[in-house]
Formats: sequence, structure tokens, C-alpha cells
Amino acid sequence: MPDTRYLLLAVAVPAAITWALRALPFTVLAPLRASAIVRYLSARMPAGVMVILFVYCLRDVPLSRPHAAAAPLAALAVTVALHLWRRNALLSIAGGTAVSVALASTLFAP
Amino acid sequence: MGLGLLPLGLALGVLITHAGLPWWFASLSTAVVYAGSFEFLLVGLVLAAAPLATVALTALLVNVRHVFYALSFPLDRVRGRLARGYSTFALTDEAYALATGPQARSWSGARLLWLQLFMQVYWAGGAAVGALLGSVVPDSVTGLGFALTALFTVLALDAVKEQRGDLPTPVLALLSALAARLVLPGQMLPLAFALFTAALLVRHLATRRRPSDA
Repeated sequence: MPDTRYLLLAVAVPAAITWALRALPFTVLAPLRASAIVRYLSARMPAGVMVILFVYCLRDVPLSRPHAAAAPLAALAVTVALHLWRRNALLSIAGGTAVSVALASTLFAP
Repeated sequence: MGLGLLPLGLALGVLITHAGLPWWFASLSTAVVYAGSFEFLLVGLVLAAAPLATVALTALLVNVRHVFYALSFPLDRVRGRLARGYSTFALTDEAYALATGPQARSWSGARLLWLQLFMQVYWAGGAAVGALLGSVVPDSVTGLGFALTALFTVLALDAVKEQRGDLPTPVLALLSALAARLVLPGQMLPLAFALFTAALLVRHLATRRRPSDA
């Protein structure tokens, strides 16, 4: 097991970097917020960012290996279906994750 | 909605204990780093005893997407230095999604702040429980990590529905993500965000110059 000092630093260093990335742009970008282009971007970015993060989450699904891809794809189908049906975020996430765990741990275990 | 972070934190906690790391690492990471997808990566880095420079670079590259959030996150509604400090610290993808979503337009700064705090409590609480339960859950139980995919599936569906009159935006985002995945799989996120921003800028200039739209 890695030693405690290393573990503490391995948390502190990325914590500082992440906070800087989240906080500093507000000072730098503040003067831009009134501009028309930034308003155009900020109206459209949230939806696009979520689509990109969605694709990012699926990047490692091994489409060429059906046995390994079956559980995440089935879970995805359940998540989408539940969400289109009920529009309840918690239900969709819990349902999809439950299907993923059930399939990946049994029928499609690695 | 923030409750979606509970199973996700649980998954992280179980992963940390299964990896043989001490349980407190889960609490420390969720309290101090608080960047979901990076924390999943951090477990692997720490296990491989990656040099701190590698940890730092990975954090920079995975989380550089957050600089774009300053363009539209309503920080101007949050009052007070301490509150603003925490609000930027807790500016996760999920917090950004909720705070910029259709239902959040009338929310006060205090409400945004409480929302962010609750999200972190769910996340850290889930991770702590997961880390403590991790030794009980057998190694054969996998697939919990899908909670993150499910979360963004839901957020993307809601966001796209909200923009239904504006199909090119999700299509441009999808193309940017796929192109980045093909060209630079190791740096997919920053490249995808940059491509998407560039595409939106080009589209903005193009539609503005077309007289029929004026």
C-alpha cells in the first residue's frame, strides 16, 4: 500500500489544480460576460457539454467484444427508456446502474 | 437530482477499498479534490504509485474543461467571499448542469450554494459508506461505475430536450466528441470542448452574416 505522505500529496496537488481551474477563469473571463458572443456561447454550451461528457463516459465500451459491451449497452438502454418514460433522474440513474451491476456481475462477468 | 451522486460515491468508495487503499482516502479525496471522474482515475494513479507530476498533469488535463464553465455559471448571484470561494471549489459538472439548467434561472445564490453543498455531502457520504462496506462487498460485484454514465445520459437528455428548437447544438457537440475520440483519445475531453467552442463561434459568425436571419 502506498505510504500516507504520498497519499496526502496525491490528494492535495490535484485539489489545488482543480480549484484553480474552476475559480481563476471567473476573474479572467468576467469582462467578457457582457459580450454578445459569450452570451451566445453560454446559452448553448450546457447542452453541448453534457453531450460531450456522455460520449466521454461511453468511450471505453468495447463494441468489438459483445460479451464485455452487453452490460453497459443494456444498462444504457434501460437508463434512456426509464428517463423518456418517467423523466425522474434518480429513478433513471438507479435503474440503469442496477441493471449494469446485475449483468456485469453475473451473466456478463469478465 | 443531487441524489444521483449517492450511488456514484458508493461506487468510488467500494473501488477504493477493493483496490487496497485505506478507507480514509475515500473521504479525503471526496472532501478535498471533489472532481468525480478524476477521482476514479486517481485511484489507478495512486495504485501505480504514479509520480506527483503525473498526478498533477492528469488533473490539469482532465479538469481543464472547467474553465469553460465560468462563461455561464451564475456566480454573480452568490454573495460573500467565502460563499464564492466554496461555489467555485464545488463547481463540478453536475453542479454546472443543474445551475445552468432551465429550472435554475430563478434560483437565488443561497439556493445554488446549498445545492452545491448537498451534492458534495451526497458524494462524500456515498464514498464513505462505500469504502466502509467495500470489504463486505465481494470483488465479483462490478458495474457500479455505470452510475457516472447514467448521470450524464440523464443530464444530456434533459439538456437536449430543453434546446429542442436548436438541433445543431447537440449535433455539433456529438461530432466534436467523436472527432476528439478518434484524433486524440488520450485527451478527448479538452479537445472536444475546444472543437465544440470553435464550432459554435463559427456558427455564430455564419448565422449573423446571413441577411435572412437578421
